Amino acid sequence: MTNDNTLISVQDLKVYFRSGHECARAVDGISFEIRQEETVCLVGESGCGKTVSALSILGLIQTPPGEIAGGQIMFQGKNLLELDEEDMQKIRGNRIAMVFQEPLTSLNPVFTIEDQIGEAISIHKNIGSGELRDCCIKLLKDVGIPSPVQRLKDYPHQLSGGQRQRVMIAMALACDPDLIIADEPTTALDVTVQAQILQLLKSIQETRSMSILYITHDLGVVANIAHRVYVMYSGIVTEQGNAAQIFHHARHPYTQGLLASLPSRSKRGKRLFSIPGTVPNPAYKPAGCPFHPRCPHAIPICGKEYPKMCDYGQAHLARCPVLFKNSHNPDKPEPKSI
Amino acid sequence: MESKSKDKQMILRVQNLKKYFPIRRGFFQKIAGWVKAVDDVSFEIEQGKTLGLVGESGCGKTTVARLILKLLEPDNGKIIFRGIDIGELTEKEMKPLRKKIQIVFQDPFGSLNPRMTTGLSIEEGLRILGIKRGKKRKERLEKLLKMVGMSPESADRYPHEFSGGQRQRICIARALSVDPSLVVCDEPISALDVSIQAQIINLLKDLQDRLGLSYLFISHDLNVVSYLCSTISVMYKGQIMESAPAEELFENPRHPYTLSLISAIPDPAPGLRRKIEILEPDLSDSLITSKGCRFQGRCPMEEPRCLEEEISFEKVGEKHFVRCWKAAKK
Amino acid sequence: MNKKEKGFNKNFQLETPLAPKRTRLQEFWRLFRQNRLAILGLFIFILFFCCAIVGLFMTSGPDPLLDPAMIRLQEKLRPPLAKPNLDSLRREEIPYLGFYLMGTDDLGRDVFARMLQGAWVSLTVGFVAVGISVLIGIFMGGIAGYFGQHHIRVDHVLVTLVLISGAALVTANFIRSGAALLCLTPAYIFYFIWSQNRSGKKTLPLWAKVFRKNAVSIDTLIMRIVDIMLCFPSFFLILTVVALLPASIYNIMIVIGLTSWMGATRFVRAEFLSLREQDFVAAVKTLGAGNFRIIFRHMMPNAMAPVLVSATIGIATAILTEAGLSFLGFGVPPPHATWGNILSDGKNFIFDAPWLTFIPGIAILIVVLSFNLFGEGLRDVLNPKLRERH
Repeated sequence: MTNDNTLISVQDLKVYFRSGHECARAVDGISFEIRQEETVCLVGESGCGKTVSALSILGLIQTPPGEIAGGQIMFQGKNLLELDEEDMQKIRGNRIAMVFQEPLTSLNPVFTIEDQIGEAISIHKNIGSGELRDCCIKLLKDVGIPSPVQRLKDYPHQLSGGQRQRVMIAMALACDPDLIIADEPTTALDVTVQAQILQLLKSIQETRSMSILYITHDLGVVANIAHRVYVMYSGIVTEQGNAAQIFHHARHPYTQGLLASLPSRSKRGKRLFSIPGTVPNPAYKPAGCPFHPRCPHAIPICGKEYPKMCDYGQAHLARCPVLFKNSHNPDKPEPKSI
Repeated sequence: MESKSKDKQMILRVQNLKKYFPIRRGFFQKIAGWVKAVDDVSFEIEQGKTLGLVGESGCGKTTVARLILKLLEPDNGKIIFRGIDIGELTEKEMKPLRKKIQIVFQDPFGSLNPRMTTGLSIEEGLRILGIKRGKKRKERLEKLLKMVGMSPESADRYPHEFSGGQRQRICIARALSVDPSLVVCDEPISALDVSIQAQIINLLKDLQDRLGLSYLFISHDLNVVSYLCSTISVMYKGQIMESAPAEELFENPRHPYTLSLISAIPDPAPGLRRKIEILEPDLSDSLITSKGCRFQGRCPMEEPRCLEEEISFEKVGEKHFVRCWKAAKK
Repeated sequence: MNKKEKGFNKNFQLETPLAPKRTRLQEFWRLFRQNRLAILGLFIFILFFCCAIVGLFMTSGPDPLLDPAMIRLQEKLRPPLAKPNLDSLRREEIPYLGFYLMGTDDLGRDVFARMLQGAWVSLTVGFVAVGISVLIGIFMGGIAGYFGQHHIRVDHVLVTLVLISGAALVTANFIRSGAALLCLTPAYIFYFIWSQNRSGKKTLPLWAKVFRKNAVSIDTLIMRIVDIMLCFPSFFLILTVVALLPASIYNIMIVIGLTSWMGATRFVRAEFLSLREQDFVAAVKTLGAGNFRIIFRHMMPNAMAPVLVSATIGIATAILTEAGLSFLGFGVPPPHATWGNILSDGKNFIFDAPWLTFIPGIAILIVVLSFNLFGEGLRDVLNPKLRERH
């Protein structure tokens, strides 16, 4: 699986959170990889472990409650989980940068835009103040902020939500990283602004040839931006493939259900398909396949055995042996994607 | 006479509704300006139908909801509920009507009292209906819980023991406890997980079919609104920009803002991507505008006239209104 | 597709709660148990409570088991655990335990008995004073938080001034003029109601408009009173008041209560201001519930947590204040024992009989510390930021 152009590969990562006697298995053995110049989406609902996996790439998991229980994260030949804090700081912001969900709280309200972007640069680079200023202006121009020279002296509260997120992206771009991790960067924004930010991320990726790990719960956004998609559910990857495979030929009942339950104009008047039940609490996960209590295809074995990844070819994998068997059984028609 | 019969069909008619909030500055708290949170908003909701109110955050959608529920007093305009202008009623006169309009909030965590069991929260409504404590009230409670798909034993649990979707179901049960005819849904699904959203949408639809409810469905998500609503009003900075039946709005959008909204819907069907109309980024302070069209500065077809005049809400087709003189002229 | 519809039947399953059933109290105890110091505080608090109650029964009545007032001059200043000289004592003078657990004072009184009696004083002063302050605080804070944006009109202020001056005249024996002023206010109120009924919503004459202009908001009024009260150094305020009033334990409780309600007011107001904006309050309002019910049934239970915390720490402060007053001789009059006056009596013999100062001093320290620890523990548990969301 590992190609030469793999930038980062996460293998069998496990992150647990302990409180009292309870142990929440937030990330329970996930593997994914990001190639160069590629946008990879981690899709899933709240609590499925997508943010935790991103934070553990950057070594930002709080330990006492959290604990990395296994796996490795290979980035440019190094295992990030084995690096000490000092080495990690050289990578954080410099080689891997992060854009957070809430642009208002992730910017410091008492510093100007120039201070904040400038700091992001000067931590990792040693340049003079005049040059620093030029750098800031160029970055703001790159992320599409009009009249960047005037904006430099603004404080975060003087900007609109979309502008703030652009500043956050400018800060992430400051050191020309190889990978940007974007954790739901458009969730707090309005639809029209979201479209702008997505467009911006796409064009940045093309011009700067970097990789993006995009974390979201919004399938619409995924369709818009992703090259490859990992669908997560309750701490595991349930399906992976390229965008077309996931959206047109979903092979896992969870992905199929999610796609079918999206409301849209074309489904007017028809009853929406809905997945029953609720997402399991990470501390009390069901045995076997975590999705089986909500799954329409569940058979008794699903509650006992942890499901294997099944290969549908062309790097399309789904963690559902039941559907896999059905699709290779000539008696039954192949399950159609909805 | 004609308006009387119209009133019967229309459960709610809102006419030229206005709510300005003063901005006070300085030592003497002089009024320095006004935030025009709701400025000349008019719409109608038909009995048993759903009106979708779409707009970005901070455009005044929630203020409209609060005005209709009389949690805020309007500065101007009429809110006619079944032929009665509730905008003018005093607190006392409003009391019997109050329970006829109910609300479901966005945040399922803040909308249930954390110190009360869900049963008690719902019973609050039954108490107000005048159902005495006892077997009858208990039966009603169980019926309500079952109606929203909750097991009866959830009644003596506290809100923190439920997931977001379940809490939203309980909120719906509470709203239904007083037999309302209009339910204002203020972004009821945007705080929920994707797989839960469809459940709640289906529940709202089933309840509408069973109880003949009318909804004012407030959302920022055009996908949901286009699925659920019969009429859609698009709101921007306190004003309704365009209002039309759902099909008409998507087939034949007139206002440039509606156009950009529709093209910005992230579509979960890759390969079928249309060109996205990218708007100019918005830099102005959101609700404090001076003169002219609210959409100025972002509009691709702006002309000097747009900055000068107040734009009126003009009829361009059957139930289709638009607040843009250029679009209306076409 | 067929199979799917069967699985996803409409009445597939009724939703049941996720988390295992746990009442709020169990949840509270689970979190509280993790704080060892708070548990220690709670333990000492319970011990103190038991001691005070047992002490009350053992030291009061016509023939108490441990008489705190019994004077045995021949046995004065005996150290703790000393055996009494049985020959020199009459039968009823022999201590119940057979020895002086905490020694005797300069009049030969049993310090243990006096400490027990003082414990009850401390306990009641602490609880009653804090009870008074919390009640006032909840009332004032609740009004400021819920009705704060309402305004007091000019005529309200005038009516109050007239009433106060009328009452002042009556007490100063100008009975006729005072009564005339007092009668003026109901007359104004009746006139006001009558004119309102008559004119309806018509415009009022200019003088009436001036009268009905808004003077201050209720919130401003109450919070400025709080600010003014906080300006006084409260201990000296109490000293002044106590010096003017006859010395009695009840006066002290009331005075301490009346000078310490400001904290609770601020807490309740802050809680109410944030609760008022919460969706569940709006939801209850749309159901049609009245203000009274919203305040007491829905908001108050949610506003109690910080008040409870400040009350626990307030008890410690009240006990300290009472001890301080008694030490200065303004407190509970002798011969009734309190920890403060045992300490005060003992200070003359600090080198000859150090236990007379150390025993009440350490007792005050331990009790105050335990209340503070318990209060801190409560604060940690009740802090909504620490509460987990499922």
